Amino acid sequence: MLSAGVRIGVPLLLLIAWWYGSSSGRIPPDVLAAPSSVLGALRELIATGQLTDYLLASAHRAGLGVLVGAGIGLLLGVAAGISALGEELVDPTMQMMRAVPFLALVPLFISWFGVGETFKIVLIAVSAAIPMYTYTYLGVRNVDRKVVEAARGFGLRGHRLALGVIIPSALPNILMAMRICLSVSLTGLIAAEQIGATEGIGYLVTLAQQYFRIDYMVLCILIYAGLGLIFDGAIRLVERLAMPWRRHVVAR
Amino acid sequence: MTEPTIGEQHADDDLAVQISGLHKAFGAKTVLSGVDLEIRRGEFFALLGPSGTGKTTLLRILAGLEVPDAGTVLAARRRTTVYQEPRLIPARKVLANVTLGLPAAARDPGRRALAEVGLDGYGGAWPATLSGGEAQRVALARALVRDPEVLLLDEPFAALDALTRLQMQELVAELCERHRPAVVLVTHDVDEAVRLADRVAVLREGTLAVDQTIDLPHPRDRNSPSFVDHRRLFLSHLGVVPAASH
Ligand SMILES: Nc1ncnc2c1ncn2[C@@H]1O[C@H](COP(=O)(O)OP(=O)(O)OP(=O)(O)O)[C@@H](O)[C@H]1O
Ligand SMILES: [Mg+2]
Repeated sequence: MLSAGVRIGVPLLLLIAWWYGSSSGRIPPDVLAAPSSVLGALRELIATGQLTDYLLASAHRAGLGVLVGAGIGLLLGVAAGISALGEELVDPTMQMMRAVPFLALVPLFISWFGVGETFKIVLIAVSAAIPMYTYTYLGVRNVDRKVVEAARGFGLRGHRLALGVIIPSALPNILMAMRICLSVSLTGLIAAEQIGATEGIGYLVTLAQQYFRIDYMVLCILIYAGLGLIFDGAIRLVERLAMPWRRHVVAR
Repeated sequence: MTEPTIGEQHADDDLAVQISGLHKAFGAKTVLSGVDLEIRRGEFFALLGPSGTGKTTLLRILAGLEVPDAGTVLAARRRTTVYQEPRLIPARKVLANVTLGLPAAARDPGRRALAEVGLDGYGGAWPATLSGGEAQRVALARALVRDPEVLLLDEPFAALDALTRLQMQELVAELCERHRPAVVLVTHDVDEAVRLADRVAVLREGTLAVDQTIDLPHPRDRNSPSFVDHRRLFLSHLGVVPAASH
């Protein structure tokens, strides 16, 4: 397919340029490690089993954090989007929270929770809750009021109205929020695993920095890029499965 | 002003709708100022009126979506609305839209209602794949399956192309003939009103300016002298052409 070719074209060109630049000596190894040494670092990590351990440790933290954070964000977003009271109760606080970079919460959270797992999960949960809330709230607000009114007229109220009409209609926004939650959680991992961690892909960044291993630094970037790709693909898949009505929507 | 009275028309009452002294204002703007209206069971009533005179407001009060400021509104219990837009839920299939809010046992009646509007076998389709006319017919089936005593139609044909509109008018006439609900059809189309209704009224400055029974046999020929007379009468009340002097 043409679009698939176009999609991978630019990354492929960058890869070739990197490989050529390194092997011809135009890119010195202390600026950017050669593909071969990055590959070597990857092999090393795989051989020692560290890569699997790190990925699992991070997946556990990020998964739990995103689950809790996105769940809370979703609930608050729906509540604020549906009811005027909910909006007044929740929205001002969430808008304030949104203005605070979540990394600024690190010192406070450490003093509350110590540097253990709790701190890491809470940090990621908070970082995920905010975008989930924001986009869900917008999505619910933008659901066609006329359709909701009609559904109410046909006897749908409360959770049946929320689950049957409002949340499905807001689903494109909610999935977009999920995309953002996942990528924000990667940032959260780097911040959280800088402190008090002995494994994790965020910890790997810290390690590479401490020992000034450029090959590991580049490897980290590639791992994050790969995870980004996987998340993107996963969300696309969910979009197809969870919104079958959209597959049939031809631009009319 | 006295508190409004809102209630249910008794099932064996001959009237499906009974409105008297109905007042409704939005802020400082008075929209309805003393509407009196009675509609018999099975009667097809059409409401004309310039834009912004409160036709939709009257319909919404009948549907229970809006509360009047004063007056009495009695209406039969089963009322349902078809709007200018189909208002289908995009995330639910056609049959689920038709049986929205009904128990699972309504699936078969739902399919039958779809067949009645000419959409046999469309139950599994997504609303986004329907044409405008088809979507509006689904909305009609969604109303029909509830077996309404009062069918409220707010410009249900206005967004359709001319040919589809004629077909839909035909379909609605046929369905109302078969199921005999009391109908309130709000429309801007004088010909449509005269063609379909047993009785036509014009809402103007908050009250019903004319309220005229159309005593012509169906199907009605829009070129017949009496049709033309009716048209002229309503148009004059809408301020479009001067009434012909008799
Ligand atoms: N919720 C509302 N708040 C304030 N004003 C309203 C509201 N609903 C209706 N109005 C006003 O009441 C008047 C009557 O509105 P309505 O929709 O009933 O008119 P209509 O006769 O149906 O017009 P049209 O033929 O254009 O559909 C309008 O001036 C409108 O602006
Ligand atoms: Mg209107």
